[in-house]
Amino acid sequence: MSNLTLKALTKSIWVFHAACSPCNNCDIEILDALTPKYDLERFGIILTGSIRHADCMLVTGVPNYKTAVRIKNLYEQMPKPGVVIAVGSCACGGIMFRKSYNFVKPLDEIIPVDMYVPGCPPKPEAIIMGVVKLVEAVRSKIK
Amino acid sequence: MAEDKKKTTIIPIGPYHPLQEEPEFFELHVEGEKVVKLDINIGYNHRGIEKLSESMHFDQVPFLVERICGICSTSHPFAYVNAVEDLAGIEIPDRAKYIRSIIGELERLHSHLLWLGLAGHFLGYNTVWMWVWKVREPVLELFEKITGNRNHYAMFKIGGVRRDIPNDEINAIMKTCDEIAKFLEMLYKVVMDDPVLVARTKGVGILTKEEAIEWGVVGPTARASGVDIDVRRDDPYAAYDMVEWKVIVTQNGDVFDKVVVRILECFESIKIIKGCLKGLEKTKEGNIETVVKNIPPGEGIGRHEAPRGEVFHYVRSDGTNRPIRHKIRAPSYMNVPSNQVAAIKGTISDAALVLAAVDPCYCCTERCAIVDLKTNQSRIISGDELVRMCQEKTKKIIEEMGIKNE
Amino acid sequence: MTIEELKQRLGEKIIGVYEKNKQRYYIDIHPKDILECARIMFKEFGARLATATGIDTPKGFEILYHFSYDKNGKIFTLRVLIEDKKNPEIDSITLVTKAAEWIEREIYEMLGIKFKNHPNLKRLLLSDDFPKDIYPLRQG
Repeated sequence: MSNLTLKALTKSIWVFHAACSPCNNCDIEILDALTPKYDLERFGIILTGSIRHADCMLVTGVPNYKTAVRIKNLYEQMPKPGVVIAVGSCACGGIMFRKSYNFVKPLDEIIPVDMYVPGCPPKPEAIIMGVVKLVEAVRSKIK
Repeated sequence: MAEDKKKTTIIPIGPYHPLQEEPEFFELHVEGEKVVKLDINIGYNHRGIEKLSESMHFDQVPFLVERICGICSTSHPFAYVNAVEDLAGIEIPDRAKYIRSIIGELERLHSHLLWLGLAGHFLGYNTVWMWVWKVREPVLELFEKITGNRNHYAMFKIGGVRRDIPNDEINAIMKTCDEIAKFLEMLYKVVMDDPVLVARTKGVGILTKEEAIEWGVVGPTARASGVDIDVRRDDPYAAYDMVEWKVIVTQNGDVFDKVVVRILECFESIKIIKGCLKGLEKTKEGNIETVVKNIPPGEGIGRHEAPRGEVFHYVRSDGTNRPIRHKIRAPSYMNVPSNQVAAIKGTISDAALVLAAVDPCYCCTERCAIVDLKTNQSRIISGDELVRMCQEKTKKIIEEMGIKNE
Repeated sequence: MTIEELKQRLGEKIIGVYEKNKQRYYIDIHPKDILECARIMFKEFGARLATATGIDTPKGFEILYHFSYDKNGKIFTLRVLIEDKKNPEIDSITLVTKAAEWIEREIYEMLGIKFKNHPNLKRLLLSDDFPKDIYPLRQG
């Protein structure tokens, strides 16, 4: 990543929310982070509906047969540089669903993951902290 | 990316679950603006839980089934422990019954509020969306206080509950309930008095009583169509036959009725919670479980009236320490197929609303494609676009009625 | 509906009745009678099909059709045993109630039981690239 693109990444992060096979709790906590109580937008984090405008992809859920290929394609459509944050213990490793016949592979063996936010579900504060920490880590690379 | 009209590059409904690509989840067949057929594809959330359950101990299963769905997360352990207690003939102490009902009803509150916010968003009332979700926060904080987590409470075990609600927390819970009740009264007035809302939702997506019975729908979807069923009253369990409350039924089966049923059910939930809290004060603190050593061979059926309807669990045991068969049937399984008759009576701009009105578990409304039968072409509709069409229709109605602002 | 009324109406079709408790009854019938019995439960008595469970047992495939009679909260489960495990087949009850459509599709893909005259018997939950000859809920 060139310094210029890294800098661009840390101005205002456009975040895209993708789900594999979640139970939806993590998804709701991500949406909760939009509500006035947590208010993502004051950190300059904006939720977008299109992967092509996204700098960051939040992934929830366990990859199963129907969704693993899709999540890979989504990742490939994200303009680089882009980062991936695995939100929730399912995306981090799969927890008890690893033994299922419908389980494919842990998420980080399908696409590269830059930040793991474990929890079942992680609180909105934890998700925001994950994004902010990642931004700071990227920023420190610029310096 | 070149767009081939027959092939689909589907951008799905809503900013919530943007997963691209075929196959479509909801495929709407249209003639012009009118929807004539609906095809449904599911399986994106299939994680093989019934099979996983066979490899876990009886007391590990509640943790597994909680994670079937995040919104109605406690309904599944509730139905499961009912099933095992039916199998083994276990009686639980009254205090545990009250606590179970309190958790179940608090969850109903948070789930209905979530849906009401979503409905507001689809209709174009974004302020309502933010308001309602803000009121949801005290409920989640209450959960965190009582159980330790905002979602996935891990409160249920076979024979009782895991954690007690100390009597000195009862007043705080009562206060939160009163605050929510006040907000709900205001919301109810808004809904009943707003001519735009009424015009937008009355007569939309009607599911008749005969259709509701034919498709076996459950929960508010059924009760809005005049089918008077509620597991809490029909087959009582926990503390539901120990407190005063009533079942809400309306007759028209349209989206407006579904909104009204859900709001009124919130009031009943608050009544039940308060009744249970009063009951808690009368029982001995700490007596929250019946110790269970073994599950004998046999089969049991347990159910619970989740926010979306009846959750059904069947458990069979052969005397060892794990279920040999665990069948789970979530309410949306029965409600979503009924869209095939409810959604085809309207136009595309009503589609998002009708599909959401059965309150499917979120992930269901993932992706959507439109097939125009006249030109035999697949039109690609972005999720945002579908919701926008829904919101546009509301704006048109506002203009037609000559109302100035929202 | 009480168990006595049901016993009288089903008559000869009943192979056995097990009363688990006052709210749960299990009635054994022959697979060939399922369409008629389902019609009696749904159309005559007005019971609701809650769901159906398929189980792989050493004796054969059991299917339990759980009918809920909401007026008194009792669940009457019709149990059939399909002994032929090589080519298990049974009549589909979608002719009686549309609620059975998804329920039977799921049993089909999980256990491999064919439902005759089902309008749309294909996979519901499993993806198309999941191996065709594996039925996840079969034992062994």
